[in-house]
Amino acid sequence: MSSRYSALSLARHALSDAPWPRAWGSPQPKPNYEVLVIGGGGHGLATAYYLARNHGIKNIAVIERAYIGSGNVGRNTTLVRSNYVIDGNTQFFEFSMQLWEGLSHDLNFNVMLSQRGQIVLAHGPGQHDALARKGNIMRLNGIDAELLDRGDVMKILPYLDYSDEARFPIYGGLLQRRAGTVRHDAVAWGYARAAASLGVDIIEGCEVTGFVIQDGKVTGVETNRGRILAGRTAIAVAGHSSHLAAMAGLRLPIESHLLQAFVSEPIKPFVDHVISFGAELFYISQSDKGGLVFGGHIDGFNTYTQRGQFPKVQTVAECAVALIPSISRIRLLRHWAGIQDMTPDGSPYIGRTPLRNLYIDGGWCYQGFKATPAAGWCLAHTVAHDEEHTLNRCYALDRFERGAELDDYGIGNWTYKQ
Amino acid sequence: MLRITCPFCGERDYTEFRYGGDATKPRPAHGTSDRQVWHDFVFLFDNPKGPHREYWQHVLGCRQWLVLDRNTATNSVGESHVPREVASK
Repeated sequence: MSSRYSALSLARHALSDAPWPRAWGSPQPKPNYEVLVIGGGGHGLATAYYLARNHGIKNIAVIERAYIGSGNVGRNTTLVRSNYVIDGNTQFFEFSMQLWEGLSHDLNFNVMLSQRGQIVLAHGPGQHDALARKGNIMRLNGIDAELLDRGDVMKILPYLDYSDEARFPIYGGLLQRRAGTVRHDAVAWGYARAAASLGVDIIEGCEVTGFVIQDGKVTGVETNRGRILAGRTAIAVAGHSSHLAAMAGLRLPIESHLLQAFVSEPIKPFVDHVISFGAELFYISQSDKGGLVFGGHIDGFNTYTQRGQFPKVQTVAECAVALIPSISRIRLLRHWAGIQDMTPDGSPYIGRTPLRNLYIDGGWCYQGFKATPAAGWCLAHTVAHDEEHTLNRCYALDRFERGAELDDYGIGNWTYKQ
Repeated sequence: MLRITCPFCGERDYTEFRYGGDATKPRPAHGTSDRQVWHDFVFLFDNPKGPHREYWQHVLGCRQWLVLDRNTATNSVGESHVPREVASK
């Protein structure tokens, strides 16, 4: 299988005609595994990798309905950051940020982390005060944050609309320098390759059709390629969590919604940071290929279609031009949509389920990509110990029964707030 | 563009409406004190991939609520109904 990548292996390979070896194999499913992970996206692959690396579990399989990287890991805007407010989220996303910082070395695969800095804009004094509070909370947790006034923002982002005609005048901002972007496909491929090199079976084209349940205990799954038994089973299929959970007889606090993302035609280097608009949910960055990558709100009603509605394209384009008038004539190259598990408080679920030996990672509303390493780390811990890690205790599936919501924005459900 | 037929105003763009959730969940009886019942009503969703009966409100039109049959796997829209008539069936 794959050998270690290095400058030397690159040079050696340049001299040979042989193609690069496949980064992971295509094994047949075995009848029995110690741990079975459903979902070959970023979270599922990271879970399998950390189960093998951190917990020494040998007999692991990841099963994926389509192919590796076909789901939300390839349908996001590639942003990573750790500027949250509420205890629980703050520590979890900072841990994820720290894992991102070492991930390329860890996986021996360049995930192209670019810590270009993220600036959240404020458009009035009240919003600026809220950002100051957020920045203080971050700094008290050892996370970098810098409060910017209008002059600072003008120096860093000179191309925004500072004219008297600006629909939402820019008052200031909050900068996290360690935030940035990661090449999303490389995350899926890197985790898949690293997991496979530790002996994890990655089985593509294998769709779950049901669960094998005995006495309230999940002992395996039925698939289109036959029954696969497992000591422990983890679900990491965000977007389709409800669909899969229903096969196990569970109802989840989740509704599936659509989030669109957009990329423009490539232009010369222009947007050097990640910018978040403060007047609407809108975020923009520039890819290494030159395309402006941006996104906005969910479409506003539940659907599994992976096809966005046009009015949202217009809203997002209006945000882009309100913020950066000079890009008004740039053409949109393509846009795509991913299905999100929207939860009642906007926070995810990582942990045990009411069924024994069944674990879940899901409920990712907007923040799934940046959480990939930490979600994999925590789910692996939960599966290995049958108990949550300190960092994901707050993400329990039953938190609404206990009144322990984790509502970072303080506005309840995002789903109907449009 | 998703087009929805308001039973009172006729067919319009979906942007005139606001989605209002699953219309098949029975609301617990007034005075129900079991918190688990309320939890299940408020927080749990069937969230099916396929046929879904749901509420919409015509917020930028007549502001009436309606019940719509829609397939969440394809977005194809079926009949829309007056909620009172659905409830009385």
